[in-house]
Amino acid sequence: MGTAGVSASCINMASCSSLKILTLLSLFLSPTIVETNNIEAKAGQFFSSGHTNNWAVLVCTSRFWFNYRHVANTLSVYRSVKRLGIPDSHIVLMLADDMACNHRNPKPATVFSHKNMELNVYGDDVEVDYRGYEVTVENFLRVLTGRLPPSTPRSKRLLSDDRSNILIYLTGHGGNGFLKFQDSEEISNVELADAFEQMWTKRRYNELLFIIDTCQGASMYERFYSPNIMALASSQVGEDSLSHQPDLAIGVHLMDRYTFYLLEFLEDIHPSSTTNMKDLFKVCPKSQCVSTPGHRTDLFLRDPGSVLITDFFGSVRKVEITTDTINLTAPMVHLEDTRPVRELRTEIQTYMDQLPVAEIIHQVKHTHTTNDNNRCLSPDFNPVHTSGLTPPPKHQVVAFLVADWCCLLPTSGC
Amino acid sequence: MNVAETVFIDNVPTTETDASPPSVTEQKADEADHVLDTMQTQDFPPPSTAKDQFQEELVIKPLHSGDIYASFQFRTQWDTDFLLGSKVSHYRLFPKSLGQVISKFSVRELHISFTQGYWRTMQWGQPFLPSPPGAELWVWFQDTVTDVDLAWKELTNVLSGIFCASLNFIDSTNTVQPSASFKPLGVGNVTDQRFLRYAVLPREIVCTENLTPWKKLLPCGSKAGLAVLMKSEKLFHSSFHSQALHIRPVCKCKSTSWELRQTLNVVFDLHTSGQGKREWSLFKMFSRTLTEACPLASSSKVYVDITDNPQGELFELSPATPLVSQAVVLGDGRTYSVYDLTDHATFGQTHSLNVLLRWRAAESGEMLRPLLHGERYVAGYGLQTGEIHTLVYNNHPYRAFPVLLLDTVPWYLRLYIHTLTVTSKGRDNKPSYIHYQPSKDRLQPHLLEMLIQLPPNSVTEVTVQFERALLKWTEYTPDPNHGFYVGSSVISALVPSVVAMDTNNTQERPLFSSFFPCKEESTYFMRIYTEPLLVNLPTPDFSMPYNVICLTCTVVAVGYGSLYNLLTRTFQVEEPSQGLAKRLANIIRRLRGVPLLT
Repeated sequence: MGTAGVSASCINMASCSSLKILTLLSLFLSPTIVETNNIEAKAGQFFSSGHTNNWAVLVCTSRFWFNYRHVANTLSVYRSVKRLGIPDSHIVLMLADDMACNHRNPKPATVFSHKNMELNVYGDDVEVDYRGYEVTVENFLRVLTGRLPPSTPRSKRLLSDDRSNILIYLTGHGGNGFLKFQDSEEISNVELADAFEQMWTKRRYNELLFIIDTCQGASMYERFYSPNIMALASSQVGEDSLSHQPDLAIGVHLMDRYTFYLLEFLEDIHPSSTTNMKDLFKVCPKSQCVSTPGHRTDLFLRDPGSVLITDFFGSVRKVEITTDTINLTAPMVHLEDTRPVRELRTEIQTYMDQLPVAEIIHQVKHTHTTNDNNRCLSPDFNPVHTSGLTPPPKHQVVAFLVADWCCLLPTSGC
Repeated sequence: MNVAETVFIDNVPTTETDASPPSVTEQKADEADHVLDTMQTQDFPPPSTAKDQFQEELVIKPLHSGDIYASFQFRTQWDTDFLLGSKVSHYRLFPKSLGQVISKFSVRELHISFTQGYWRTMQWGQPFLPSPPGAELWVWFQDTVTDVDLAWKELTNVLSGIFCASLNFIDSTNTVQPSASFKPLGVGNVTDQRFLRYAVLPREIVCTENLTPWKKLLPCGSKAGLAVLMKSEKLFHSSFHSQALHIRPVCKCKSTSWELRQTLNVVFDLHTSGQGKREWSLFKMFSRTLTEACPLASSSKVYVDITDNPQGELFELSPATPLVSQAVVLGDGRTYSVYDLTDHATFGQTHSLNVLLRWRAAESGEMLRPLLHGERYVAGYGLQTGEIHTLVYNNHPYRAFPVLLLDTVPWYLRLYIHTLTVTSKGRDNKPSYIHYQPSKDRLQPHLLEMLIQLPPNSVTEVTVQFERALLKWTEYTPDPNHGFYVGSSVISALVPSVVAMDTNNTQERPLFSSFFPCKEESTYFMRIYTEPLLVNLPTPDFSMPYNVICLTCTVVAVGYGSLYNLLTRTFQVEEPSQGLAKRLANIIRRLRGVPLLT
């Protein structure tokens, strides 16, 4: 560029000479400029994804033993995600039915993904956060949007922030525009899109990867409208996702085809691999899957070729090594136990009598006076007076029983 | 378990002698000593100045039916006070998650169990620690708690997160407040039953996801000691599996201390796990052998019940051990061979211990008939009414004893208490105490507690009729045709003992024999659970709304549509279309201007 400028506008000697100096200077500076560009490029690549933590929400929505494969699908993704570094505290695992300890399972506490029982995806260190009847559309949407009751424990919450990359994996039975939960309710694609929009406005994710393995799965991501979402589905609208292979010993199909090949693909990924999303789109072509997997990247701001698999499936932490020394505060002073040690208690503590028969028989029922159910007892109720004579303890019990049973009369409204 | 981390942090100031402040207490120095001890992996028990200690035990008991019963007991005892004074912040052996739960919710006692399977008393005898199928939780709160129901609700949610179980389904519809059962098992004087809550979830499934957090509460985790045997693939392939956790204050000389007991009971079936061969070993049961004791444990022992095998004529036990212990368990004197894992010699040359029991004789003697046994079933037909029968057997030949029967029935089985009958030996047996709390629809369940005196050698039958309710259609579970569970009945009893019981509670005894406190020598306390019931409620056909809509729309469309068409359609005459030749002729005629053919 410099030389062309020299040749084009070398009209008078003064401008020519200054231009020559300029070109020489630019020639000297360009390597350094190139080098700083390299550093910046590296730094840019280092901070390209913009996320600082990873979360995963893995949901299996099917109940009953013949839907074993959906649980196996979810557990195989769980296994890969854990292996690549996301800890249990950052994974919300929802399994709608228990297959491992199901009484029909010939090998209890195992869920296999390959026939001949090669790979047990259930493992020995699994933590299921929502199980059985807890997996409902309402709970799923509450987990995504964060609107949970205050007493919900931390392991059941999705505590993501605006620098989190979230992986959401759904599997089960679905149709055109809906996904069936537990054979009794369904979630529609509009609801799901609205939930993601709520997550976006509440800044609950940085980027989101949505994978769905159901029949007509592509219909579930058609309605998304929030930015930074990438979606993959196992089949297009009008197509069915098929299961992979049955195991004759267990008697059911073990995995779905799309997730089976996805698991095979993920088994080759390790935390430092640089495989990107374009390879993920190629998983399970029509020849293997029979259905056509689809994907949607128009809402995603970055180029899928620059997105690493480990941005979503792994938890790659960015480590900064520094040689500065940091002074910790003064060493911890152990406080003296200032409470006086209570050596002798005023009352001798003993073990309780487990079945104090005499005490039980003569137990005065405090529950009656505090129970608002009991409109039969007036405040000055005295068992002596109702029975009419000075009662020995036997009659007192009978009187109490009478008092009980008068509450049972339908007219008293108790 | 990050025990090593916390110990290390404590250690930091003491290694720098000039930087350590002069006010480091004696206790800190002792803890530093403990650090050095454990880091040198010596297997001496910690010095007696330690405020917490951990013991572990495994009891193996061969059963008469050929099955084998293994019971793990882990006890952590800590001399501290969670509830008074300053907050506890240094946790060593006691798990921090449970300590925080105790102090936050002012819990005095907590008992939780997860069980898969039903304990068959007549075939297996009595368990060391009974538990009902499903999940059971009962809690005594401190008397400083003002709103017990709110604390209970929050506690169940927190525990569901800790144990990965659906304990959040415990609400007012399945919680009861027993009036006489479930007295506290720890020390204390308060017995106001307002602070007691009991709930059971009979449908709760137990699987590896419940075992994993349970194992993480142990000081050594599942990495050393007896907990290495807990492999889920073997533990759940059994007839009975129960894991439980009990927290209570216990007596320790002048002050109280907190005890955490974790127990795991498992019964391996002769045919599914044992392949039909009557030979059991640790490797066959758990697919692992023992290699070391937990370094943090003050005692680590394996007991094998050899009461039926005094001269070794029934089965052969290897490796041989000289230690023998006698204990009175469940009213019977039993003899045990003891393997002490803190002693290196136990592991022998191979550095592993595999206890092997090989049967010689095919016949095994008569089992001691359990003195107390309970059964429960639903009688009747149809989906409207039914009858619950509870049978309690007293197998003692000449002694009568009282039992306290606790029944919790969900609100959708409406009990008719006027049909309640209690009969023993064909005659009416009037209970000396009845407490009944009727149910409220969708709010609280039925609670029935009765104190019944069981005559000797008899069967007592308690029957009550009920009617099934029709639920609202949103209240049905996704699989309503499976049925609805009714929790087990609880039978608490003081059973006469064959052998004199040891009432000295402070003496060192094996853990499995010292759970229920003993007040008298001639009786011991026992709690048994009956089977849970599975009842079918009248279930609607959930596809009917769809069917009705389709049918109605079709009828309306066909009927109304046809009628509308008939009324409003007009008919016009239409000329039939002409043949091709005629059409061509007409075209030519039009061009010529000649009249067309018709």
